[in-house]
Amino acid sequence: MSDCEIVLHGESRSFPVRDGALAESRAGAPVLLHLGQVGEVAPEPRRAAVLIELDTECLSVHLGDYPGAERANTLGFARYRNGNDAPTNLVELVRPDGAEPEALAAARAFFESIGCQVAVCADRPGRIVDRLVRPKYNDALRFLDDGLATATAMDMTCRMGLGYPDGLIERTERGGLARHHEICAALQELTGNPAYAPARRAVVAMQRKARR
Amino acid sequence: MGAGIARVIARAGCETICHDVAPEGLARARAVTAKFFASSVKRGRMAEGEDAAALARMTDTTDLAALAEADLVIEAVFEDLAAKQELFGRLNTLCKPETLFASNTSTLSITEIASGCGREDRVVGMHFCLPAELMKLVEMSRGMNTATAAFDAAWAWVKGAGQVPVETQDRPGFILNAVLVPFNNDVIRAIEAGVAEPADIDLAVKAGLGYRMGPCELIDLIGLDTQVRLCEAFYPVTLNPRAAAPPLLRRMVAAGHLGRKAGRGFYDYREEAGA
Repeated sequence: MSDCEIVLHGESRSFPVRDGALAESRAGAPVLLHLGQVGEVAPEPRRAAVLIELDTECLSVHLGDYPGAERANTLGFARYRNGNDAPTNLVELVRPDGAEPEALAAARAFFESIGCQVAVCADRPGRIVDRLVRPKYNDALRFLDDGLATATAMDMTCRMGLGYPDGLIERTERGGLARHHEICAALQELTGNPAYAPARRAVVAMQRKARR
Repeated sequence: MGAGIARVIARAGCETICHDVAPEGLARARAVTAKFFASSVKRGRMAEGEDAAALARMTDTTDLAALAEADLVIEAVFEDLAAKQELFGRLNTLCKPETLFASNTSTLSITEIASGCGREDRVVGMHFCLPAELMKLVEMSRGMNTATAAFDAAWAWVKGAGQVPVETQDRPGFILNAVLVPFNNDVIRAIEAGVAEPADIDLAVKAGLGYRMGPCELIDLIGLDTQVRLCEAFYPVTLNPRAAAPPLLRRMVAAGHLGRKAGRGFYDYREEAGA
C-alpha cells in the first residue's frame, strides 16, 4: 500500500478505478495526488511531491511558466492510454524547469510502488507518446483515404514488418477517432505543427459525435 | 540485404544464383549463410541435412550473364535510381524474355525503376523486411506498366516461398518506410528539443504502445547513416518536412555515432562490444 493523499477533481483518466494501492488516501501523506480535471492548486512545499494529473494540457497551465521555489516539488503526470482504451502501466512524469530532483525521485518511487513504469519528460505538448504517435496515426488514416493499401494490409505490415502488437488503423479506431481528434487538435493548437492536423476520418468522427 | 533474400529463396527449394560485383562480398555472405542454416537446424527450424541441401542450391557469380536463364531476378542494390535502372537495362539484354524482374527497393518508385528497361510489363516491387530470412512480410507493388499476369506470378512465387505478401500502391516508402522514416525523425527531433532522453522515449514507447523495441534502439540497429540515406531518398520525392533528416541526426553521423555497428549511437555499446 503506497502512502499518498488523493484529491479528486472529477473523473480521472489515469486511475478511472481507485483500487489496490490507491484505495486509501491519508491526509498529510508525503505524496499529494491531484486526480481528474485539476484546476488551480495551492502550493504545498512541505510535501515530498505534489502530482497533478494532466490530460492534453501542459503542466504550465496549472503552474505558469515560472512556478517559483514554493512549487519546485510539483510535477505533472499522466498514465498513458490509447484514447479510450484502458490505461497502460506507463506513467509519463512531467518535470518542469526548476523541479527538485528529490521531488522527481519521490514521484518515481511512488508510481513504481504501485506497479507503474515511469518515463520522465519535459513539459511539452503531448509529452512523449502522443507527441510521437499522433502524426503517425494521421499518416495511416490519410494513406487509407489515398488508397495506398487496405486497412488490413497496413495493419499486417505494422504487425509483421515493424513488430507492433497491433496495426495503426485498428489501434486508432479502437482508441476512438473522436478522441484522436481531441488530442490532435490540442497538439496542433499548442505546436502549430500541421502533422497534428486531424485526418479526415477523425474530423468526420468528431462531427458525427457532435450531431448525436 | 541481398544475401538474406537469397537465403529465403534457397530455403524455399529454388536454385539460387547470387550475383555481386565483389567476390569477397559473396564469400562473406556464403559463410554467414552456412552459419545461419546450421543454426536453423539446431533450433529445429530446418530438417537435418536441409542446411547442406539449401546451401548446395546456391551458386555465386560476379558475371551478370549467369542470370540469363533465371525465372525471377530480385535486385537489392543500394537505393540509387540510376543504378537500378542501368542494372535492369543490362539484365533485359541478357535474360530470357519471360524472366520477371523484381526490385527490393524500400523507397523508390517501381514505375521509375522499370522505366526504359525494355520489359516494364514484367517489373514488380518486392520489398523484403530486414532481416529477410527471419521476417515473413514482403511489400509488393505494381509499376504503371506492370502486367497483371506478371504481378500475379510474382505474388504466387512469394507465397510459395513461405513469405506473406501485402499489396501497396507504388508510392514513396510504400507502407513500411512511409510510416517509419518520419516517425524515426520525429523521435530524433524530440530528443533534440529536449522533450526526453532516448532511454525515456524507448521506455515510454515499449510500455505505452507494446512495441518490442524502442525507436532509439531501432535507429541504432538500422544505423544512423542508413536513416540519413532513407531521408535523402524519401524527402526529395515527398517534400514531407518530417522526412527530412533532422540536424541532430546529421551531427551524430558526422561524429561517427552511427549506432550499434559503430559502438555508439543513442546508446553506448562500447563496453558491451569489449566484454
